[in-house]
Amino acid sequence: MVCPMISEADLAALVITLKLALTSTLVLLLLGTPLAWWLARTQWRFKFIPEAIVALPLVLPPTVLGFYLLLLLGPHGAVGGLMQSLGGEPLAFTFAGLVVGSVIYSMPFVVQPLQDAFTSVGRRPLEVAATLRASPIDRFFTVAVPLARPGFLTATVLGFAHTLGEFGVVLMIGGNIPGETRVASIAIYDHVEGLNYIQAHWLSAVLLVLSFALLVMVYGLNRRFRVVRL
Amino acid sequence: MSIRARFNIQQEDFRLDVDLDLPGSGVTSLFGPSGCGKTSLLRAMAGLDHHHGGFLQVEEQTWQDAETFLPPHRRPLAYVFQEPSLFEHLDVRRNIAYGTKRIPAAEQKVSMQQAIELLDVGRLLDRKPASLSGGERQRVAIARALAVSPRLLLMDEPLAAVDVSRKQEILPYIESLHRELEIPVIHVSHLPEEVAQFADFVVLIGDGGVLASGDVNEVFTRLDLPPAHDSDASSLVEARVCGHDMDYHLTQLAFPGGELLVALKSLPEGRKVRLRVAARDVSLTLQRQSGTSILNILETTVDEIRAENHAKVLVRLMAGPTPLLASITRKSAHELQLEPGKTVFAQVKSVALLS
Repeated sequence: MVCPMISEADLAALVITLKLALTSTLVLLLLGTPLAWWLARTQWRFKFIPEAIVALPLVLPPTVLGFYLLLLLGPHGAVGGLMQSLGGEPLAFTFAGLVVGSVIYSMPFVVQPLQDAFTSVGRRPLEVAATLRASPIDRFFTVAVPLARPGFLTATVLGFAHTLGEFGVVLMIGGNIPGETRVASIAIYDHVEGLNYIQAHWLSAVLLVLSFALLVMVYGLNRRFRVVRL
Repeated sequence: MSIRARFNIQQEDFRLDVDLDLPGSGVTSLFGPSGCGKTSLLRAMAGLDHHHGGFLQVEEQTWQDAETFLPPHRRPLAYVFQEPSLFEHLDVRRNIAYGTKRIPAAEQKVSMQQAIELLDVGRLLDRKPASLSGGERQRVAIARALAVSPRLLLMDEPLAAVDVSRKQEILPYIESLHRELEIPVIHVSHLPEEVAQFADFVVLIGDGGVLASGDVNEVFTRLDLPPAHDSDASSLVEARVCGHDMDYHLTQLAFPGGELLVALKSLPEGRKVRLRVAARDVSLTLQRQSGTSILNILETTVDEIRAENHAKVLVRLMAGPTPLLASITRKSAHELQLEPGKTVFAQVKSVALLS
């Protein structure tokens, strides 16, 4: 017992929440950076289609997303079935499944700030780097990424904070397995269901303070960026 | 050694079809009005834009043809953009070092130190670009370009983004570049002064193609081309310092067509200088005048006369092998009975020393 008001089960839920947010943020940055780069640079006339897909989780009820993911990742779904035939287990109701869900759900919060940042860097600094012998990969890492740093900060913090507060997708595909897929937001829901208001208070307060601190950081450190756009 | 370039550039607002054979040394200016496609041509040469069907050969090395297209980072060139595009996240030192670090040691002909000294940016090294003035930024950008030891330096109106008072801060540096480093420079400009100051060779661009190309004075004094009809039309004279008159504080300059006097300059004898003589500062007489305050009088032959408007005519004179322009009234031309081949005396009211 760390704190008398937070039970061991709640603590485990918090740890899973943080672990999920951390893992998802990492995966989001790895996938979101090339995607945002491509969206910022492409002249493709149908680029609004991938942009709309990325923005979809902003408007879709998380349960809808969760429902489709459940079908896809479950033992009878395309991905889940494939995993099973390869000797693995279906992703539904596992931590890995939660990561997949969170990554899709939080994608716009990472891709959009990065795309804006890459767009505002513009072509010129990269052209200059090209005339100074830097190859495309070289100029991406030595010019585009450092100049887009405010965007990376925003994307990281928002991706992390948004995953912290996730509920619907997790509930649909993660179930509520204590110690494995039970995250803080679901634990709070359970406490309220069971009328354990005090425990719900403590857990909620932790999430509230954490999220607020993260957002203060984003808004305080760079005021240039809109947080999300639709 | 030369540069061969063939491009057919089609864009929404213009097209440009060129076939150029440029000298592989000295400064070449691509000169023409804004929006004629000079910058697009320079970008095509750098490989920043890929125009299919283009051809570019520099020093026997093919940079672009039907099969080849070297991306910009594989071309041994440097490019100075119109607005000084420094990397804002790096200090001046690391901006300059950016290219130097990326070339093999064997290709380092201009050291970073040399580039820093040439552009006099030594005391700015630890500053961030955001804290520099426009002139300082462009000097750093030029130093950075030189520090990759380019075999061809492309400059897109390097002074356009710098305010007038700062231009004099950069001009001397740009001038010293090709003298000290022997790097061929291709320079884009729409300002006759800029071309007059730097260029050895000029390519006149207009109407979607090349109107003329050649020695800068030859092109600027051709009466069938636009530059001669500019309100600031002038001739350029390559001269050499041949002596100083310390009594009257004058410097004597000799060129194949005669001698000119200018206010005393502290230049060594034998030094090559470029002079600019505005067409409106040249008046003509049939006899050598005495009793005039004008010191510079040259014996010339009328080469060509062309009406400028109802009141003015433009006369192209030859002072030896050197062409000179004179802008006079149509009435005077008539009264002097000017015609090609006639000997006249050109009275030069003022001479500007460009270098």
